[in-house]
Amino acid sequence: MSTTATAQTISFTDAYRLALDEALASDPNVLLLGEDIGDKEGGGVFKVTKGLSTKYGDHRVRTTPISEQAIIGAAVGAAIAGMRPVAEIMLMNFVTVAMDQIVNHAAKLRFMSGGQTGVPITIRTRTGAGAGTAGQHSDMLEAWFAHTAGIKVVVPSTPADAKGLLTSCIFDDDPCLFIEDSLTRALTGPAPPPGHRVPLGRANVVRSGGDVSVIGYGRPLRDSLAIAERLASEGIQVEIVDLRTVSPLDTDAILKSVAKTRRAVVVHEAPRSFGVGAEVAARIQEHLHDQLAAPVLRVASRDVTVPFAKVLEQEYLYKPSAIEAAIRRTLESRAAR
Amino acid sequence: MSSKEALSAKTLLEIYRKALLIQLFDERMRSLISTGRMAAVYYSPRGQEILAAAMGVNLKPTDYLVTTYRGVHDQLAKGMPLKLLVAEYAGKATGACKGKGGAMHITYPKAGIMVTTGVVGSGLPIANGLALASQLKGDGRVTLCNFGDGASNIGAFHEALNLASLWKLPVVFLCQNNRFAECTRYEDGTTIERIADRAAAYSMRGVTVDGNDVQAMWLASREAVERARAGEGPTLLEAITFRFMGHYFGDPGAYIPKEEYGAALARDPMPVCRARVLQAKAASEAELEAIAREIQAEIDEAVKFANESSPPDPAEIDRDIYAPGAPA
Repeated sequence: MSTTATAQTISFTDAYRLALDEALASDPNVLLLGEDIGDKEGGGVFKVTKGLSTKYGDHRVRTTPISEQAIIGAAVGAAIAGMRPVAEIMLMNFVTVAMDQIVNHAAKLRFMSGGQTGVPITIRTRTGAGAGTAGQHSDMLEAWFAHTAGIKVVVPSTPADAKGLLTSCIFDDDPCLFIEDSLTRALTGPAPPPGHRVPLGRANVVRSGGDVSVIGYGRPLRDSLAIAERLASEGIQVEIVDLRTVSPLDTDAILKSVAKTRRAVVVHEAPRSFGVGAEVAARIQEHLHDQLAAPVLRVASRDVTVPFAKVLEQEYLYKPSAIEAAIRRTLESRAAR
Repeated sequence: MSSKEALSAKTLLEIYRKALLIQLFDERMRSLISTGRMAAVYYSPRGQEILAAAMGVNLKPTDYLVTTYRGVHDQLAKGMPLKLLVAEYAGKATGACKGKGGAMHITYPKAGIMVTTGVVGSGLPIANGLALASQLKGDGRVTLCNFGDGASNIGAFHEALNLASLWKLPVVFLCQNNRFAECTRYEDGTTIERIADRAAAYSMRGVTVDGNDVQAMWLASREAVERARAGEGPTLLEAITFRFMGHYFGDPGAYIPKEEYGAALARDPMPVCRARVLQAKAASEAELEAIAREIQAEIDEAVKFANESSPPDPAEIDRDIYAPGAPA
């Protein structure tokens, strides 16, 4: 991937916009809600929705007040009444303001109503450390939502997946939390065909290898690809499993890969403790304990508040070098086995 | 606006019948729970029957309702079928929500009962969404959102009222001011005398009405619903009432001064409305007794249905987490 888009490539921002554009064009029930998303306000702070209110009207691409509870609540209500709202929460830390609507209502209404009502909303949000946005604009909070039944949690790792997964979220009959990476929005990759959808709840083996499985999503997953290329020259074959959907977790794909490699490293940007990595590691050992050739390792960020100063922020973030070190550590016992 | 129209004898009787259903249903549920024949978390609406019934006759079956855990009066006024309601209270597979939501989360979209929330104030933002869908589709539906005086102090109230007014949504916010937020007196949690006055902060129409006065409540409801339906925007309608059975079932209510409680009970809206029905010759004593017997028979049948129904299949735990067919 590079940062220069061509006719055959698109950026993450293009991918999000294309998915929204196609969804608005194909289904009159699709509706966008969020702060500053209209063209009058510049098409969103991150320009993802630029042009859409002009094309589809202010009634379908609706700029809202700074009212996260009201935004998610409006999306929930409209969804129960048959719409497919896409609500934008500008940054992931701001979902905390709307947790009641997301956790108590969006995620649970289908179950609590015995299936009489469904909440087909998509919540687009973005986050990530590395740009000096400190403790209230950088958190990866996916584990909170993965811990709640009824809401799907999706993190794309490529622009093509971003478009395909977002499209699937919008047309899914359940609430989806779609997490975008703040830092890499200009990063480009191959463009998918129009109407492209990537199924939810299914992981993707993006690189095959027989020695060790790296399992993850988002930025560290992309880092792992470069590391895997490098290690291949040493004869180490790394298999890379992109989860794509954090919840529901594709346990079958994880177990299939690790049953083959007998070694696993789980990577994510979110802090290590009580994170998605812990869940993945637990599922691996529950099913494959006696087949593992090494402990399942985690590479993640530190269990602290995201700091501002560059040197501290880098200290917080997971390090690509730690991914490589973890891969090598799982292989230390290779000779013995 | 036909607001000057007097309440007809026919509508008065219709309201009284709904209110009586609420009263008798509530009495039965309290009796079943207190004698151990039913285990349900229950929040009695005793004392708030008239306002719900007077609003109910102004709504169409297709209109949407959002209410709270103390919402059985709103649900019955909206047309909730008794069998599905009692079976849900009893946690049976035949309940409206298959026993998965219980009394605090009654849902029945066929009667427009879209959300019953157990979280104070959470219904208001959702009501906006229902109303937004109606506005976009032009389906002419009105959304009624019920909540209590306590909910007017939570942030969601502010966010929702601002947005509803901004987008001129077809929604009626009915604040049932029963003078107590859980166990805290109104004055000890709220400085403004009338909650409806808060509407001014959102350029919204705000109306305070005696929710126990059938004529006044019917008229105020009618105006608010008609305005919403005509595209004239939302109303914050505050109905003053009183809660006779405390916050939760079994609440001794020691925080309510005896004189205040006694005075409120002396103005119990149910006998007042009954006298009004008789005075207006909407029905005779004998006819009212026949109506009560008819309602009791319906409740008997619903309780029997619930008792004879099976609890949910344990496998039900894995259903309705996601839509059918989705990977889990």
